[in-house]
Amino acid sequence: MAQTTHGVGGLSYDAKRRTWPAEFNVFLALIILVGAFELIGRVFLGDSFLFNTRANVDTIFNEARLQIIILQVSIVGIIAIGVTQVIISGGIDLSSGSVVGATAMIAMSFAQVATVNGNPNPKAMFIEQGWTDLPVIVPVIVAIGCGLLAGLINGTLVAYSRIPPFIATLGMMVTARGVAKWWSKGQPISFPTESFAAIGKGLMPVIIFISLAILFQLILSYTRYGKHCYAIGSNEDAARMSGINVQNHKILVFVIAGILASLAAVVLSSKNLTAQAGMGVMYELDAIAMAVIGGVSLSGGRGSIIGTVIGALIFGVIISGFTFLRLDAYYQEMVKGVIIIGAVVLDQWRQRLRAMRA
Amino acid sequence: MSDIVLKTENLTKYYGGVHALEGANFELRKGEHVAIMGDNGAGKSTFVRQITAVEQRTSGKVWFDGKEVNFAGPIAAREAGIETVFQNLALADDLDVPSNLFLGREKVLFNLGPFSILDRKFMRKATEAALIRTAVKIPNLSNTIRHMSGGQRQCVAIARTATFASKLIIMDEPTAALGVQETMQVENIIRTLKANGEPLILISHNMRQVFDLCDRIVVFRRGKIVANLRKQDTDGNDVVSYITGAKTGEAELAA
Repeated sequence: MAQTTHGVGGLSYDAKRRTWPAEFNVFLALIILVGAFELIGRVFLGDSFLFNTRANVDTIFNEARLQIIILQVSIVGIIAIGVTQVIISGGIDLSSGSVVGATAMIAMSFAQVATVNGNPNPKAMFIEQGWTDLPVIVPVIVAIGCGLLAGLINGTLVAYSRIPPFIATLGMMVTARGVAKWWSKGQPISFPTESFAAIGKGLMPVIIFISLAILFQLILSYTRYGKHCYAIGSNEDAARMSGINVQNHKILVFVIAGILASLAAVVLSSKNLTAQAGMGVMYELDAIAMAVIGGVSLSGGRGSIIGTVIGALIFGVIISGFTFLRLDAYYQEMVKGVIIIGAVVLDQWRQRLRAMRA
Repeated sequence: MSDIVLKTENLTKYYGGVHALEGANFELRKGEHVAIMGDNGAGKSTFVRQITAVEQRTSGKVWFDGKEVNFAGPIAAREAGIETVFQNLALADDLDVPSNLFLGREKVLFNLGPFSILDRKFMRKATEAALIRTAVKIPNLSNTIRHMSGGQRQCVAIARTATFASKLIIMDEPTAALGVQETMQVENIIRTLKANGEPLILISHNMRQVFDLCDRIVVFRRGKIVANLRKQDTDGNDVVSYITGAKTGEAELAA
């Protein structure tokens, strides 16, 4: 029985005929994927993907696996939070992976200890200046500064020069990678202070990722900034004619994305206890893929952080699932590609269906 | 002078070498509905874009509400009381009705710069009130604009202008893409505005509509105003000859 409700002007509509939020479909895909791995595992390996099967552990789920699923996508996930906002605003950011590399190098050089096992730290960059054993806040602020600068350049280029975001951030991608290599002439930077190393220890990356995701989901849903992200991505001319300062907004979006990439760099270098110029290669594409799988429309205007988080989890489940099935890592990448295409095709098909019903 | 809402003097706009608008002298009085007609590319939309400051004029002067004005941008024009329904609707497809009505001037609970928290309940209530006032029918306010018909979209765009206390409403071909019934709905809204004494500039190609709704017709041709005709002093053929250039020269109103 259709329930009718009255809209404005006395028009009635069926309140129950509500389209699912886009995130629901993504979540469904996640469940199906987990179910598939569970089934294949039980049939072919006699082992469970999700549930605990070891006798000496007293938990229902295989908690170690669940933790790894989230942990291995947390760092790229932090980047994806920023990339999601850029894409919703109608842009794209290809520079985040390189920004991670450059930021990790620069920040790490301010997080080094003076002595290792009683000897002077052989890798310390600023030992002569005495910039060693600095409080943890210093490298973090340096990192945020790097991300802010990268985002500011990206945003200003996109907002004022009419260079398409694809090209502007491609330039930053190449430049920032160059900075990463130049900073220590290709040498890895290692031996961070204990307090810096604590940032990426254990489940800290997961906690940071989830907190940032919640924060930015709230910002997108409830603030003027969030509303303008969707408005600009949906119809930039309309946004401009409505008096939204589109240029400032774009700069702000890229700055936020840059800062999130730099936070990911802090977590990554802290977790690895070292920074290398090659860090973060391809992270930008993984981050974009997470967003797209999570229902963020590449043409702008649609998507959410929740969707991107679920997209990240799908990534994590695929990686863990393939390891669980003892399949080669090569297949992971192939399947990832197929899933990205599949997600976009499904989304477009769903949009068409909705347009037809309306 | 006191009952003149809008006046332009020698309003001119060049796009590089293209003279899109040249020396436009225009006046609009309180409560008056004026139609702007002309061929495609005659300068109608350019004229509107200069008044609303979507573009900056090359030269000329504009008076609005008794003062000479020089708006920095569309938001300044809107704050002064000029509301525009643009040809391409200026709606964000992926946002719902209240978000579109308040686009660019969201009501906030506390001001935290760009991260100001939105007052969604207030905006929803104000939207309902505005739609009722303009007799616009929308089934579900939470639907995104993407899923609405052309008429509903246009009604949302018009309701937006009526939501905020405005001194002048400009509509750029509001019914160009609409069906018969939807056109009637929009025309009814315009009649409501007329009854409320709100001045309006209507850009339209539809002769019947113009004679139905407006007091005066201004014709543009090749970037210039070529005629300024009172409705009762003219007819469709006369207007068409000005639009096509069969009749030329600026026809002044008898004072």
